[in-house]
Amino acid sequence: MTEIAIRVDSVSKNFVLPHEKVDSVKSLFTQPFKKRQNSETQHALKNISFEVKKGEFFGIVGRNGSGKSTLLKIIAGIYKPNEGRVDVNGRLVPFIELGVGFNPELTGRENVALNGALMGFSPAEIKAKYEDIVDFAELERFMDQKLKNYSSGMQVRLAFSVATILAESDILLIDEVLAVGDADFQRKCFEYFKDLKRAGKTVVFVTHDMGAVIEYCDRAILINDNKLVKRGTSEEIAVAYRKLFQPKEEDDKPLVQNRWGDNSITITQPRISKKLVDDLDETITLEYSMSAKKDVESVITGFSVSAPDGEIILGMNNDIKQNFIRTLQSGNKIGLSWEIPNVFSSGIHTINLDTTYNGGNVVADRWENAIQFRVNKVEKTPYKVSPSVGLKLDYKVKKT
Amino acid sequence: MEVTKRLKNKYAYSIILLRQLVITEFKLRYKGSVLGYVWSLLRPLALFAVLYIVFVQFLRFGADIPHFAVALLLGVVMWNYFIEVTTNGLTSIVSRGDLMRKLAFPRYVIVVAGSFSALINLMINLLVVGFFVVLNGVDITWSALWIVPLIAELFVLGLAVAFLLSALYVKFRDVGYIWELVLQAGFYATPILYPVAMVASMSFASAQIMLLNPVAQIIQDARAAVIFSETETVATIFDNPYMRLIPIAIVILLAVVSAIYFRKKSPGFAEDI
Repeated sequence: MTEIAIRVDSVSKNFVLPHEKVDSVKSLFTQPFKKRQNSETQHALKNISFEVKKGEFFGIVGRNGSGKSTLLKIIAGIYKPNEGRVDVNGRLVPFIELGVGFNPELTGRENVALNGALMGFSPAEIKAKYEDIVDFAELERFMDQKLKNYSSGMQVRLAFSVATILAESDILLIDEVLAVGDADFQRKCFEYFKDLKRAGKTVVFVTHDMGAVIEYCDRAILINDNKLVKRGTSEEIAVAYRKLFQPKEEDDKPLVQNRWGDNSITITQPRISKKLVDDLDETITLEYSMSAKKDVESVITGFSVSAPDGEIILGMNNDIKQNFIRTLQSGNKIGLSWEIPNVFSSGIHTINLDTTYNGGNVVADRWENAIQFRVNKVEKTPYKVSPSVGLKLDYKVKKT
Repeated sequence: MEVTKRLKNKYAYSIILLRQLVITEFKLRYKGSVLGYVWSLLRPLALFAVLYIVFVQFLRFGADIPHFAVALLLGVVMWNYFIEVTTNGLTSIVSRGDLMRKLAFPRYVIVVAGSFSALINLMINLLVVGFFVVLNGVDITWSALWIVPLIAELFVLGLAVAFLLSALYVKFRDVGYIWELVLQAGFYATPILYPVAMVASMSFASAQIMLLNPVAQIIQDARAAVIFSETETVATIFDNPYMRLIPIAIVILLAVVSAIYFRKKSPGFAEDI
């Protein structure tokens, strides 16, 4: 399974954008020696390299205009790269757009033949799968009607069916074509994607939909500003992609730390598992150590979390947990680890650490704003906490 | 082995696509018309009626030439094929820009498919010509078979021009207007409506230059082969056998230049259109 299906090797692509297009022969004759430099070179892709393995579901994500569609067209062989090369091992079928070459004057049946031929399928191959295509599109009664009499939804369904059913080729390139059809048909398309994944097809998938990336893709790359900025698992890429949309404001404003206590116990090495938290993180792990400089009893240690506006929204300590670290002797060092559920709303949160002894009567080390982390969630709620809340609709509208 | 397999795959794609495009174009040709394919036959018939009335009955062109009306029809049918191939070829790449930007099929197939569609139309027209040939009582000899290589030459010429124009048109839209003028001038510079003898009686050199044009050479050779063997052709008008080869040399040269130019330009079609 480690065979390479697609190898993209340091591919760069420039587009020359003329400011005033030289498209008349006259200017060639009247100003033959005039330098035609009224153009601007736009770098669409810079030095992109990656490999897609056989049987892999591979995502290409990026913002609009990042160059990801250009990359897909280069892999498909529609554009030639200025530098670098693309090797494709196997038969490749691109779905850059559905229904390419559909003609409204032809019947559904004839369009299936034409569309199939454009993708390189022989009449025999198309005939063998014709019934499946019609079934999948749910257009049995309409195949001998002209396409111009189809609704737009029907046209899309037919196009998607031709593309998906025919394309039992080795490698599929899919540009965001999933947002088609009604909910029922969409569900069907996603099921088909699961089938593709199960069947071990190699699929390269360009999308904005991070949900789809996480659900289907094994690995992905992130393209930003025409460069490959990250490659990794689909989860990692989804996080990196969301990070692109983060406003740059109030970036890690300096922590105003406030710390006091008698220092008989000191807190050291506070750290948090993630400084950037999003929907994918179920928990956040907070770790720190305590070192005792003298013998102490009835030690209570814990933390609290402040919301962006400073209000403390949650906290915990070993006393509440009924887990007394009753005594520490001079020189003892204890490491602690807290698992905090990710219930936070978007924004910068700070963590306060606290260690006392003698049942909370003497403060040994109180460290406010010891550490901070940023939460970035897709669902923005106005509430201080924002755990993942499910929704199930189950009601009937009464007819009057 | 890998290379031959790839080559085979490559051409399999082209043949599948070519076949389907020709079928589609044929189906679409008379879509929406009541008579449909009957028009393929009606058009040359009506053309013959017009030519016969205007040139034979009123203008009395070529009264001394046997079967002049049929020769006229054959010439017009072949010229119309040349117009169809080149004007369709001219816009074939640009008009399918959307397709070019979405799929990576071999670009030349589009131009070749257009030529084959026109060829099918030419065949239907030639059936009508054949009908009139028989009706006019022309002596049909084995030399009529020369029509096959002549059609092949016309096909190659039309295809070569179509390749060149289609690739040029992507960058220079002026080519469309220029070609329209060339075709209009070409119609009168080619002995389609008038006999070559008429030109030769005024200026023999003009007749010679006229027949160096491959289209003129093909039409005259076809007339000589099928209808009247004493028609002036490039062979009768030049004594020097090398001069007789010039029209064919032009076709070959044009085909090579066009193929090289098209090959060089076609990878950029998707972005240039």
